[in-house]
Amino acid sequence: MHPAYSVIFFTTASGAGYGLLVLAAIFAISGLMPATAWLGFVTNGLALGLIAGGLLSSTFHLGHPERAWRALTQWRSSWLSREGVLAVATFVPAGLFAIGWVFLGTTTGFFGWMGAAAAVLAVATVISTSMIYASLITIRQWNNGIVPVAYLVLGLMSGAVLLEAVTRLFGVHGSHVDVVAIVLIVVGWLVKLAYWHSADTGLVKTTLATATGLGRFGSVRLLEQPHTEENFLMQEMGFVVARKHARRLRAIAQATLFVVPLAATIASLFVAPMVAMVLALVAVVSLAVGLLTERWLFFAEAKHDCMVYYGR
Amino acid sequence: MTSLPKHPPAKRLGLAIDLDTCVGCHACATNCKEWNTGGISAPLTDVNAYQAEQRGVWFNRVYTYEVGGEGPDARTVHFPKNCLHCEQPACVTVCPTGASYKRSEDGIVLVDHDKCIGCKLCSWACPYGNREYDEHVGVMKKCTLCVDKIYNQNLPEVDRVPACVAACPAKARHFGDFADPNSTVSKLTRDRGGYDLAPETGYLPTSKYLPPRPGKRSEAMPAAAPAPAIAGAGRFLKWVDRVLTR
Amino acid sequence: MARDPAIETSPVVSDEVKYTTCYMCACRCGIKVHLKDGLVRYIEGNRNHPVNKGVICGKGSSGIMQHYSPARLRKPLKRVGPRGENAFVEIEWEEALSIATGWLKTIRDTDPKKLAFFTGRDQSQSLTGWWATQFGTPNFAAHGGFCSVNMAAAGLYTIGGSFWEFGEPDWERSKYLMLFGVAEDHDSNPIKTGLGKMKGRGAKVVSVNPIRTGYSAVADEWLGIRPGTDGLFVMALIHELLHADKVDLDYLVRYTNAPWLVVQNPGGADHGLFARDASGAPLAWDVTKGEMVDARLPEIHPAVVGEFTLPDGRVAVPSFQLLADRYMAGEYAPDAVADRCGIPADTIRRIARELAEVAFEQTITLDVEWTDWAGRKHDKIIGRPVAMHAMRGISAHSNGFHTCRAIHVLQVLLGSVEVPGGFRFKPPFPKPIPPGIKPAGKTYTPNTPLTGAPLGFPTGPEDLVLEADGTPIRIDKAYSWEAPLSSHGLMHMVITNAHNADPYPVDLLFMYMANMSWNSTMNTKGVMEMLTAKDPATGEYKIPRIIYSDAYQSEMVAYADLILPDTTYLERWDCISLLDRPICEADGPADAIRQPVVEPDRDVRSFQSVILDLGARLGLPGMTNPDGTAKYPGGYADYIVNHERAPGIGPLAGWRGEAGDQHGRGAANPNQLKAYIDHQAFWHHELAPDQKFYKFANKGYLDFAVQMGFVGHADQIVIQLYSETMQKFKLAAQGHGAVQPPDHLRARVETSFDPLPVWYVPFEESMIDTTAYPIHALTQRPMIMYHSWGSQNAWLRQILGRNKLYVATSKARELGVEDGDWVKVSSHNGEIKVQVKTMEGLNHDTVWTWNAIGKRSGAWNLAPDAPEAKQGFLLNHLISELLPRDASGKRITNSDPITGQAAWFDLRVRIEKVKPGEEVCEPQFPTLPRLVGLEPAPTVNSYGASFHQKARDERSPA
Repeated sequence: MHPAYSVIFFTTASGAGYGLLVLAAIFAISGLMPATAWLGFVTNGLALGLIAGGLLSSTFHLGHPERAWRALTQWRSSWLSREGVLAVATFVPAGLFAIGWVFLGTTTGFFGWMGAAAAVLAVATVISTSMIYASLITIRQWNNGIVPVAYLVLGLMSGAVLLEAVTRLFGVHGSHVDVVAIVLIVVGWLVKLAYWHSADTGLVKTTLATATGLGRFGSVRLLEQPHTEENFLMQEMGFVVARKHARRLRAIAQATLFVVPLAATIASLFVAPMVAMVLALVAVVSLAVGLLTERWLFFAEAKHDCMVYYGR
Repeated sequence: MTSLPKHPPAKRLGLAIDLDTCVGCHACATNCKEWNTGGISAPLTDVNAYQAEQRGVWFNRVYTYEVGGEGPDARTVHFPKNCLHCEQPACVTVCPTGASYKRSEDGIVLVDHDKCIGCKLCSWACPYGNREYDEHVGVMKKCTLCVDKIYNQNLPEVDRVPACVAACPAKARHFGDFADPNSTVSKLTRDRGGYDLAPETGYLPTSKYLPPRPGKRSEAMPAAAPAPAIAGAGRFLKWVDRVLTR
Repeated sequence: MARDPAIETSPVVSDEVKYTTCYMCACRCGIKVHLKDGLVRYIEGNRNHPVNKGVICGKGSSGIMQHYSPARLRKPLKRVGPRGENAFVEIEWEEALSIATGWLKTIRDTDPKKLAFFTGRDQSQSLTGWWATQFGTPNFAAHGGFCSVNMAAAGLYTIGGSFWEFGEPDWERSKYLMLFGVAEDHDSNPIKTGLGKMKGRGAKVVSVNPIRTGYSAVADEWLGIRPGTDGLFVMALIHELLHADKVDLDYLVRYTNAPWLVVQNPGGADHGLFARDASGAPLAWDVTKGEMVDARLPEIHPAVVGEFTLPDGRVAVPSFQLLADRYMAGEYAPDAVADRCGIPADTIRRIARELAEVAFEQTITLDVEWTDWAGRKHDKIIGRPVAMHAMRGISAHSNGFHTCRAIHVLQVLLGSVEVPGGFRFKPPFPKPIPPGIKPAGKTYTPNTPLTGAPLGFPTGPEDLVLEADGTPIRIDKAYSWEAPLSSHGLMHMVITNAHNADPYPVDLLFMYMANMSWNSTMNTKGVMEMLTAKDPATGEYKIPRIIYSDAYQSEMVAYADLILPDTTYLERWDCISLLDRPICEADGPADAIRQPVVEPDRDVRSFQSVILDLGARLGLPGMTNPDGTAKYPGGYADYIVNHERAPGIGPLAGWRGEAGDQHGRGAANPNQLKAYIDHQAFWHHELAPDQKFYKFANKGYLDFAVQMGFVGHADQIVIQLYSETMQKFKLAAQGHGAVQPPDHLRARVETSFDPLPVWYVPFEESMIDTTAYPIHALTQRPMIMYHSWGSQNAWLRQILGRNKLYVATSKARELGVEDGDWVKVSSHNGEIKVQVKTMEGLNHDTVWTWNAIGKRSGAWNLAPDAPEAKQGFLLNHLISELLPRDASGKRITNSDPITGQAAWFDLRVRIEKVKPGEEVCEPQFPTLPRLVGLEPAPTVNSYGASFHQKARDERSPA
C-alpha cells in the first residue's frame, strides 16, 4: 500500500496523543501526578495537540476535506466513521478534564470522571483507527487481530515515553512512570515482533488463480496489464517495498522505536536528573523516528489483494 | 446510507462475462469510458493525457493472462473486469459518509459524488480493484452498470443496456437480472458453470464469469495411416474412371 | 428503511443523433453519433448497419478523443526552414492552392509522370485514382502495396475475389474455421462477432499464427507456425486430402478449370498454356463422348486425369492432374514439411482429416431452388461448412502470393467456396478472373489524361508498363519485371526510387495519409535521410517538392514543403463506394456515406474536395466544364452525387434516378445524399435466397450483377486453380515472346511465376546468413490502434503507451534474458535497442512487437518525453525496402516477386543482451519543435464534465 505521509503522521501522532492522554488521566486521577497548572497545560496541550494535529493531517489526504464532517454520519457500519465520532467525542471529556486540571487545579471528582471518560474514549478511538485497517480482509497483513493490540500498545507506549520527558521536565517524575514505560516498550516490542511474524507467515488466501478463477487450468501468469503506465490502483495499492529494504527498515524501526527508548529509560534510572532529562528527550526523538518508520512499513509491507490482477 | 439494504434487492443486476469469446479488444473499456465521461459520473478525468505517466479513470479494464503449461500448451485468456456489484460489498459498509451505497431496488453499487470526501477507503476495501479515484475531482468513481443508460427513457428500449455490453463485438458480455432464474445471465451461468471471482472474500459478487471452454481437438481420431507412396501416374487411378458431369 | 439517494436515470443523452461511417480503422462500421451542446457526446454502433450490426470496437469507441485531438492540423502550412525540422508558416488556402497548382501545372505541361501521387490509407481511391488518370500520371497508388496486395491479387487471379472486402466466412453456418496469419488487421468487428457466433454454437476455430494473441487466443486450436512457412503447411494439407481422395470433384469440374487441358510441350512457347480450339475456347476431354469439347459447356463429362492428344498432335493433360501430381509428391508430405513449419506431422494429418470430415461428412443442405449459369434448375444448395480467412501474416512475405493462392486451392478442393458454411463472396465479387482492367500508363503525354486507370490486372508480359527498352515507367516499378502483377502499386518504394533517380527522379511527391517518414515505411531512418538528401551539384533536395495532406501532425508533416490540412472523419463527406473498397456482405451489396456531423473549428478542408479544386484549377478534363468552370464546385459531396463513371453508374449505388427510386444504375439524383442520411447513411440490398450462393455460376445472381454493373456479362466465372497468366510470365522468362525479363531477373521470374502454387524460402532469409540472424521478427497491429492514429489518442495511449519485444519464454531461457531486460536487435539493415517481455504463446524462433506505438519525440503534439517516444520503438528500422545485393550486384525491392507486396514479415534478426548501463531505447531522433499553430496539449482531460454540469444546472437552477 502506498505510504501516505498524512496518514502516517495522523496515526502515529494521534496514537501518541491518545496514549499520553490515557496515562496522564490515570496518573492524575490516582494522584500520581500533581494537579498543577503548567504541568496540566503542557501534558494536556501536548496530548490534545498531537491528537488534533493528527486529525487535521488526516484530512490532507482527502479529496474533499471541506466535507470531512460527513464522515461522522455512518458510525453504524464504518470504522472510519466510528473513529471520527469517537475522536470528536473524546475532546469533550478531555477538554473538561484539562480545564479542571489547568484552571481549577483539580483532577478528581467530576473532573476525575471526565478524565476517566476521556481515557476510555481515547482507547476506543485508537482501537477504531486500528480497526479501519484490521477490518479490511483485502489486505492480509492488516486483517489481523494483532493490529488493534499493536496500535493500542504503541499508542500507550508513545504516551509513556512522552510522559517520561514531561514529568522529568517538571520534576514530578516517579518510578511508576519508568515502570509503565519500560513495561509498555517491552510489550510493544513483543507485539510488533509478533505482528511481523504473523504478517510474514500468514496464509495467502487470494491469489491470481482464485481472483481470476482460472486456476482450474493451471498456473496463471500476467501477460498484459490493462494499461502500460501506472494507474490509480497501481499507485495507491501497488506500492511494494523491496524485501531487502524492508529488512533494513525493520531493524531501524526496532532500534529507534524500542531499543533506544528502552535503553534511555533504563539508563535514566542511574544518572543525574539533568542527564536523565536529556536521555528522555533522546528517547522521544528516537521514538518519533521509530514510529514513523514502523508506520511507513505498516503500509509499505501491506499488499492489497487486487494487485494480484497486476501480477504483483 | 452505507449500511446494506435490509432485504435483498428484488432485482440483482449484473453481467455474465464470457472468457471463452473475449478477444481482448478493449471495446468494453473505451465505450464505457466514452459513455460515462459524459454521464452521471462525468468526467472520467485523464491526467497527463498527452504527457508521460498518462493515467485516467476507467471503470472497465482488460487484462491478459497466460494459463497452464508452456508453449502451445499454455492458454491465453483475455480478462475484462469492472465492478461486480457484490451482495456483500464491504466497499459500501466502510464508507464513512454515506456516499457509497447499494441500491435497494436493483443492487447496483453507486457513489454519490456530492457526499464523497475522497478518503479512498472504499477502494482499499474492494478486493477486485474496481474502484476508481478521480484525483482531479477528488472523489471516488466506479462502474454504475450504466444506471443512466439502462433505465433511460430517452433511449430506445433495445439500447438500454450497459455501454460495455452494447459495444462488445464478440458478444462476450451479457447483462441481466440474476434474481430471475429465467434471465439470460442466470441461464448462461447455470449452463456454462459461471463462477465468482475470489469467492474466499465472501463479498458474493453478483456478476459472474463464464470459463473458457476446452479447446476442440479430435485427439480421439485414430492417427492417419502414412500416405501411400505410389509413384507415377498410378496414383491417379482412383480418378481415371470417374464420370463427372459439368 | 433507508432511502436510496435520488439520481437522474433518464438524462437527455443528446440534442441530435447523426448517422455516419466510422474511420477509426479501415473496417468502416456504421455509427450513431450523439451530439450535445454542439459537441460529440457519444458514439455507438448502428444496429442496422451491414458491417457491424450495432457493435463497435475499442477504436471506434474512442472516436471522441480522435476528433478533439490536440494534434489536429489547423491551417495550411508552408515550409520556411530546412526540411525535416518542422519549421513552417501558416498560410491561407488560396495561397496554398495556388502554390500547389503552380507546381502541378508545370509538371503536367512537361512530363506528367514527374508527379508521384500516392494516397496511403485513402478510402477514396476511386476518386484519387481517377484524378491521377485525368492528370495523366501513371504514378498513382494507395497503400495496398505495403498492406495486403498478395491477398487481393492471389484471390482475384484465382477465385475472383479474396478475403475481407471481397468475401467472408459464412459465420452463420460454418462448422470449421481456419484463420491464417490473422491479427487485428481487417474486418475486425465482423470477425469478432463471427467468432463469438461460431464458438457459441460449438464450431471449431483453428488459428495458424506464430503469435497467440487476440483471435488466436480464443481459437480452439493454435498452431504456432514458423513465419513464412504457411504455404508448405497448406500444401501438406492438400497432399493429405488428395491422397485420401477427399476432394470435391463434382465441384471442381463444374466450377473450376480443373478439367481444362494443359499443353505439355516442354521447351515450347505453348508449354503449360491451355489447349484451345480455333475460337479460343479451352478444351476438355469428354470421357463419355471420347472427344475434345469446349470445357465451358454444361453437361459434358470431362476427364480430370489422363493424357490426351490434341487434334494438332500435341499432348495435353487436365490441369487437375498437374495439380495432383505436384502436391501428391513426397516433398509435400506432412513428414517432409513438419520441421520447417514447426508443426508436428501428426497435427497436419489430423487437421487434414478434420477438414475432410467436416466438409464431406457434415454437409449442409439448403432446400433452395436456384438456376445455374446454363439455365439448369437445382433444388438444393450443398454446403461444405469449412471456412477460411487469411490476412497479413500470409501476405506480408515474399512468398505470400503463392501461399494465399495455396489457401484458395485448398478451399476450392474442399468445394467450400461460395457455398453454405464455406467462404462466401461479397458482391460486387466475384469478378472475372482476373478483372478485365489492364493498367494504363504505357503511354503518357503532357496535358493529356491516361487512357485508363493506372492500376489494373495484367494477363501477360505484353500488359507490363514498360518503356520500349524495358525500363519501368512507374516510379515504384509496379508492372515491371520486379513486380509484374502489382495491382496496388509499391508505395514503399516511391521515396527510395525517387531519391535514387531509379528509374528517374520526380519533381513532386504528393501524398495523403501515409506516415512515410515513420511507421508506414521500411528502413525509417534511411527514408528520413532520403527525404532531406540534397543533390550536391545543385544544392536542391533530391525529391524537390513534397506536398502532404493529413488531419494530424504525424511524423511526415516535418518532411513536407506544403501541408494541406484535412478534416477529421466527423467533419467530412465521404462515400464508401462499390467502385472502391466496398462494405458489402455476402447476402448483398452495400455502400455508405460519411456526412459532416460537426463543423470544423479550424481552417481545414477535406482532401477530396481539395483535389477536385486543384483539378479544376489545372483544367483536368473530368473536373472542368467546357467553359473552364469547375465541374464540382460543391466539392466532394457534389462529386459523390453527380459524377458518373459509366452511364448511370456513380460513386453511390443507392437512390439513383431523378426520383431516387433506382438502385445500382440510374441518373444522378440531386437528393441522393439526403436519401442516404434518411436511411442512416448506408444503402444495402439483400439478395434473393436463390442468388446468395454459387455466385460465380448462379444465373440469378449473375444477371443481377450485370444489371448493377458489377460484371460485364452473365457468363460463368470459372475458378482458375491453374493460372495460365502465371505460366505466360514463366514462358517469357524461359525466352519466349517479345517481352522478356532482364537477365538479372530472369531466374527469379521463372521460379516465382508458377501456374500452381509453389513454396520457396522467403528472399531475405535466402540471401542472408541465417546463422547470424537466426530469429524471425514480426509486428502485429493491436486491437485498439489503427497505425499511428491510435497511439496519440488520449484514451488509447493509456492502454498501450509503450511497446516491448515479445520473446518466447523458451527462447528467452536460451538467450539468458528475462522480462524487462534490454536487448540489441540487429538485422542486415540496422539495429535497435529495446526492452524484452516473455510469453508462452509464441513460436520459439519468432520475436514480435506491436506496430506503430513508437513515436518520434515532438510529433503528434505529445510531450517530448512521452513513453511512446522514449520507450516505444519501431521495428521498421530493421526492415530494408531493398534486398541485399544479388549475384549481379543489384539491390531489388524487398517484396513479393509477383505482386510487389512489401515483405515486412521476412525480417530476420539476432538478439543480444546489452551491457549494463546501456538500457535505453534506440535509435532516438532530435525532438521536433512544436508545430506552428498548435497549442500545447492539456495535461488534464475532463471531457464530458460540461454535459453533466449543464444537466445539473438545469435540474436545480441556482
